[in-house]
Amino acid sequence: MKKSVILGAATIAGLAAGAAAAGTVDDVKARGKLNCGVSSGLAGFSLPDANGDWQGFDVAVCRAVAAAVLGDSNAVEFVPTTGKTRFTALASGEIDMLARNTTWTFSRDVDLKFEFAGVNYYDGQGFMVPKALGVSSAKELDGATVCIQTGTTTELNLADFFRANNISYEPVPIETNAEAQQQYLAGACDVYTTDASGLAATRATFENPGDHVLLPEIISKEPLGPLVRHGDNEWGDIVRWTLNALVSAEELGVTSANIDELSAGTDNPEVNRLLGTEGTLGEMLGLNADWAANAIKAGGNYGEVFAKNIGEETPIGLARGLNAQWTDGGLLYSPPFR
Amino acid sequence: MSDVSFVRTEMLPEQAPPASEVGIVGWIRHNLFSGWFNSILTVLSLYAIWYVLSGVLPWTFQSVWNANSLNECREIMIATWGSTHGHACWAVINDRWLQLLFGFYPSHLYWRPILALILLLVALAPVLYSDRVPTKMLIVTALYPFLMPFLMWGGTIWGPIAAALGFVVGWGVYTIVSKQLSGLFGIVLGIAASIIWWLVLSSYFVGALDSILPIGIEAVQSRQFGGFMLAILLGVVAIGVSLPIGIVLALGRQSDLLIVKYLCVGFIEFIRGVPLITLLFVASLLLNLFLPPGTNFDIILRVMIMMTLFSAAYMAEVIRGGLAALPRGQYEGADSLGLNYWQAQRLIIMPQALKISIPGIVSTFIGIFKDTTLVSIIGLFDVIGLASAIRADTAWNGIYWELFAFIAALFFVVCFSMSRYSMYLERKLQTGHR
Repeated sequence: MKKSVILGAATIAGLAAGAAAAGTVDDVKARGKLNCGVSSGLAGFSLPDANGDWQGFDVAVCRAVAAAVLGDSNAVEFVPTTGKTRFTALASGEIDMLARNTTWTFSRDVDLKFEFAGVNYYDGQGFMVPKALGVSSAKELDGATVCIQTGTTTELNLADFFRANNISYEPVPIETNAEAQQQYLAGACDVYTTDASGLAATRATFENPGDHVLLPEIISKEPLGPLVRHGDNEWGDIVRWTLNALVSAEELGVTSANIDELSAGTDNPEVNRLLGTEGTLGEMLGLNADWAANAIKAGGNYGEVFAKNIGEETPIGLARGLNAQWTDGGLLYSPPFR
Repeated sequence: MSDVSFVRTEMLPEQAPPASEVGIVGWIRHNLFSGWFNSILTVLSLYAIWYVLSGVLPWTFQSVWNANSLNECREIMIATWGSTHGHACWAVINDRWLQLLFGFYPSHLYWRPILALILLLVALAPVLYSDRVPTKMLIVTALYPFLMPFLMWGGTIWGPIAAALGFVVGWGVYTIVSKQLSGLFGIVLGIAASIIWWLVLSSYFVGALDSILPIGIEAVQSRQFGGFMLAILLGVVAIGVSLPIGIVLALGRQSDLLIVKYLCVGFIEFIRGVPLITLLFVASLLLNLFLPPGTNFDIILRVMIMMTLFSAAYMAEVIRGGLAALPRGQYEGADSLGLNYWQAQRLIIMPQALKISIPGIVSTFIGIFKDTTLVSIIGLFDVIGLASAIRADTAWNGIYWELFAFIAALFFVVCFSMSRYSMYLERKLQTGHR
């Protein structure tokens, strides 16, 4: 009896949550603010600065979506989430979208009932070793002690990699990235492994970054992207195409510097369609004609956002690599705006 | 017989005690070097103290206060001392101390939490130092629960007034009904009237008055709360509310009324059997799934409720310990004086039971205050959460000890004050039974 009551309550709550998910874009417009889930602190990707303003690569996605929907890149309520709370916060409707360096995997997409709107950063698991170790490839790490965060996919990837190459390792389990830095610097482990972007950010903070090298092997695929709830395709489309707009803008040479000029109309019909001077793309999404122009103005195109937050000029110092445009040998490939 | 006298007839003049037995030297000889074993222990202890201080003192005081990033700190250290080892970079505290204290609270409104803190001290004074502060100050104490949320969250002034009116409504119904019918009816109907007022009527009342007379101050969202301010806010609410609830639960657990007793036992055992983190996850995640979508149930309020319930369960057991320590004769004495249950509790039982429980009560207070840092796990920016957010800034990534030392100092000040107060209270209430 009791069980059936609890199940009944859960079902009703689930149905109600599904019903609420039907009109996220209307909710956001009525509220005048986008509730965007971000990481509570990850260098380069999302962090509050000294004034409490949120900065970072993932944060820029939130701002672009807010600008596209509401015309104001500051109309975002950033909801800090942890690795444990992020999915429930999204499923329960506390946040409208999640942009928190979340890997797109089968089970998260299918089983957890989320909709990934695309990939804003192609990451992969790498290794960092002290230069003094004299290692140039991860395959030479036989018998090494490895600092590894427990309970993550990186732990499983590591085991797979070492088994596939028939070499052994000794794991040093650690809980957080901060702890890992201390352990690695104290020499508790020879190797530190996590996502390559995280390794680069970590190395940048060392006293002597030059004493440590990142090994060339990337042993896993970690496509990170923004996600929304299943079942609200209009909202999913908005997030997806906002991300695509940023990528297309870079490909088409639209930057925050020349966007005002280009918005007046150009000879390139695709730029015109993107910026809303031609066609009715904005209307199809249920947004204003200049939705994409607003999104690009929020922080610039994909390349500008990358360069500002995590690019080679920043302390994080990440190269574009896989995250270059397809025309430059990367994986960024936005479907056409037509 | 000889006339040589062997017995001294006059007193010898008083001599000063040997130099090795008095003064500093004597004290040292007696207390530090009274035997070979103690001498060895003394030397070892002195070495240990010197070892720790020789590391900590230079680190603390030969430090960098003005820099914009950790790397700049390191450059200054190299330029000044030739090494980065063993020098603190307090520049991070200098840069972010306001954020660590207030979170993202708007900086032009910092006066509000500060005023709330000062008023808290004013409101506590008549409770903590009842013998030195005029009793009339209790008015501030009574108003504080309504004043504090108004100052912290802002918004319309009618909200807290409506909340206060709930008590007036309940009291009014109680006095009218208990005169007409019976006292028990009065209590039940009074509570019901208050609840109806709070849940249903007060929102209309606030809306109506706000449209007629919009008095208010700038509203602040819960998401902007953070830092040490959040710890104090959560701690004060949990401490302040859990004590009365704990007393009621402790009495309920000893009650002869079966339903009341088992409700209290069930509540206490359930809450004590569950880790606080679990309750916090329930507050932040599960409630969201079960409440109707669109309900805006404030996250800080949810956390406050959970922390209060948690500490109330512990408080109930601490107070039950005090009740159990009272001899049976005290209850019988109260009965023989013809006091009813509540009079006996108020005049005889509780004053003694609470006095016995003071150390336990204050321990629970200190414990729950420190437990407020657990909210960083559910994504609230308390000091610990802010410390990791600050580390995510590329300017400060890689800085640990300075942030944690600062946080530890903040908590130590508050917890040590509570501890000293409890000792003062014990001395004051000491009635000489030992």
